[in-house]
Amino acid sequence: MARFTATARQYTAAVRILVLFTVLLGVAYPLAVTAVAQVPGLKSRADGSLVTTGGQVVGSRLIGQPFTDAKGNALVQYLQTRPSAAGTGATGYDPTASGASNLGPESVLDTLPDPAKPGDTGKQSLLTQVCTRSQTVGALEGVDGARPFCTPGGVGAVLAVFHAGPGYQGPITRVVSVNEACPAQPFLADYQGVTVQCATFGPDYTAGQVVPIRGSAPAHPAVPADAVTASGSGLDPDISPAYARLQAARVAKARGVGLGQVLAVIDKHTSGRDLGFLGEPRVNALQVNLDLDRSYPYHTG
Amino acid sequence: MNTTTAGMVFVATLAVALIATYRPLGDYMARVYTSTHHSRVERALYRVGGIDPDADQTWGTYLRSVLAFSGVSVLFLYLFLRVQHWHLFGHPYAVPQMSAHQSFNTAASFVTNTNWQSYSGESALGYVVQMAGLAVQNFLSAAVGMAVVIALVRGFARHRTDRLGNFWVDLTRTCLRILLPITALAAVVLVAGGAVQNFHGYRPVTGLAGGSQSLPGGPVASQEVIKELGTNGGGFFNANSAHPFENPTVWTNWLEIYLILAIGFSLPRTFGRLVGDKRQGLAIVAVMGLLIVGSAVLAETGQAVHHGTVPVAVGAATEGTETRLGVPDSAAFATATTMTSTGAVDSAHDSYTSLGGAVTLLDMMFGEIAPGGTGSGLYGILVLAVLSVFVAGLMVGRTPEYLGKKIAGREVKLASLYLLTTPTLVLVGTALAMALPGERAAMANAGPHGLSEVLYAFTSAANNNGSAFAGLAVNTAWYNTALGVVMLLGRLLPMIFVLGLAGSLARQRAVPASAGTLPTHRLQFVGLLTGVTLIVVALTYFPALALGPLAEGLH
Repeated sequence: MARFTATARQYTAAVRILVLFTVLLGVAYPLAVTAVAQVPGLKSRADGSLVTTGGQVVGSRLIGQPFTDAKGNALVQYLQTRPSAAGTGATGYDPTASGASNLGPESVLDTLPDPAKPGDTGKQSLLTQVCTRSQTVGALEGVDGARPFCTPGGVGAVLAVFHAGPGYQGPITRVVSVNEACPAQPFLADYQGVTVQCATFGPDYTAGQVVPIRGSAPAHPAVPADAVTASGSGLDPDISPAYARLQAARVAKARGVGLGQVLAVIDKHTSGRDLGFLGEPRVNALQVNLDLDRSYPYHTG
Repeated sequence: MNTTTAGMVFVATLAVALIATYRPLGDYMARVYTSTHHSRVERALYRVGGIDPDADQTWGTYLRSVLAFSGVSVLFLYLFLRVQHWHLFGHPYAVPQMSAHQSFNTAASFVTNTNWQSYSGESALGYVVQMAGLAVQNFLSAAVGMAVVIALVRGFARHRTDRLGNFWVDLTRTCLRILLPITALAAVVLVAGGAVQNFHGYRPVTGLAGGSQSLPGGPVASQEVIKELGTNGGGFFNANSAHPFENPTVWTNWLEIYLILAIGFSLPRTFGRLVGDKRQGLAIVAVMGLLIVGSAVLAETGQAVHHGTVPVAVGAATEGTETRLGVPDSAAFATATTMTSTGAVDSAHDSYTSLGGAVTLLDMMFGEIAPGGTGSGLYGILVLAVLSVFVAGLMVGRTPEYLGKKIAGREVKLASLYLLTTPTLVLVGTALAMALPGERAAMANAGPHGLSEVLYAFTSAANNNGSAFAGLAVNTAWYNTALGVVMLLGRLLPMIFVLGLAGSLARQRAVPASAGTLPTHRLQFVGLLTGVTLIVVALTYFPALALGPLAEGLH
């Protein structure tokens, strides 16, 4: 009985302490912080660092947004932000579904579209996504979109090599370019004397040895790294200075102004590393685009 | 300054800041746990709670208080999550009901200081449950870890007694005197950086290009700081500390890493103070420092060299990394979060290079002792220290001692049980998941990377870390339940062994140091403890690592 009362006392104490701390740490503390955050200077930040133009809120300085049409095609007058894995839409940058692609460094095999299901787009590997983006950005900015391990067609250059014996031993019997669906012409005519075939939906090519082909693309491609990779949040407001400057010529042409004028706007919104060592140099895309709209309005047609 | 140099300076400044905090914070915490004074607020709390703050508890009573509190917390949070969609809570946006298995998983996760999240915060949770449910456990679970380690330290410091202190007092003081003052200050600093703190709900805006966007709000800053300081790691938003509203700038990133490490690296000083020999604390912190610096170097190198097909195609390991934070600072965050039991992420670990990703996995497999979770890290390394003196004792054939206490059969058994708990949970859990076809299909990546995802999930749960190779689809009844059980066992079983060890140590009388006593404050012991840690981890996990990330990296 004494033991039972002792236990009951423990549990009563546990419940009471939990309730008290819920009030103190779960209600009073966050409300107090919110109250302090109402002082001028902090309030605008606590509310989300909103950016207004012409009395209209157009977004947050901290949250990236797409500068594309609804289908995800780039609007030529704007600096483009990075690819985004947030949300399921064509444009990404959905703040109600922040997140990353979570695809790994050896995500190189696409799931091809099922021809029996109309409209099936399959599932692209991270490598193919990178290759496709590189070609798209290259075409938009008028530079070479080639990258290592990418086919000229903009998919991952990956072969499945089948051997006669187990353990990838013996003569090669068959080679398939796994990310190029038939009737595509494979990026490589033959591999060690064996003709490379195009791939079809269905077979599991991982039974072969998966061999990515480096190709002859430069190690430092013309299209910068951040232009072909999604961020961790999918809401990255920034791009690298390299990617911003790459886009300057196209933006200048669309707005009918000189390259120097656009570069000057970009420079104005470029931040170096804080204190010289924190983070990376970056350009806030929304602020550049707002400034461009203000200084050099875009006229369609 | 180039990227590599900047990254090195970034890590160096963190190290300097932590070294500068070691003494003041460590001494302050020692005073908190030895003070005989109860503040007015504390007295009121004890009165309402029906607690006698001056009652000293035996290890059994202390343990029962821990278990009662944890049990009540799981139940309370579970019920809270089940009803959080009620209109009563006045949500500014529609909040769905959370399933029973996900509520159990989340409750277990936050009470055990894991903060594994199988939900995404912005769509699944309302503000009230985030604030008054999850964030409260962020404080309390951290405080429970601190209380348990202080009881263990008292076991070393006290002689011929069965009393280890009062759990409720340790819990209350940790919350009110250590965690709350730091978080309140840091929360305001974070707001100044741009972290949001409001109750607006979603604000629809029309972007510059004409598309619409819903900008989130929420009491984020106040939750963000305790998430780091308490080494909890559960993000307000799905993207966690990569989200610009949680971690808006490059200097908030620095601050968040600092908060993750601050208490863990200062507790050895508290330990040294309480056992009456500050050099003992220094030896422990030296081992922690060695391990974390080694891990940081490996992670930074892995990410900078960016070996692997996709990283080479890209030209850098930027997938899953924010532009402002960059690759090196993100790798520093990844090291801090996995060497503690935090599990917050400012970049997607799943997309790390094979070797960078393997380091984050390895970090957690160290049992998170360098410096580890708030409180739990120090008791983890002290258990390893007990094992180390035992190993050394075997070598020279003498009865081992640590801090004037004999390490005999009972102590070694408890230490061994402690060390076997997590590997058993990780390896059995992973094996079970791989044996079930449906659970295997939840992997987002095929081959070795898929195994890494599952291994990472169970390692993260059993070590109460909470970070994820998030490709794995874990919001299923099986994963929610299995990982929930693993989290509870991975938290509570070690605590039972630790408190048992504390009780057994406190009962002993002090053994005077003799010529045969191994000094535990010298470099020799630092080397021994580091070596034992590395060997224990390597022998336990190497086969599983070889099948996952190593197979992928060598591919």
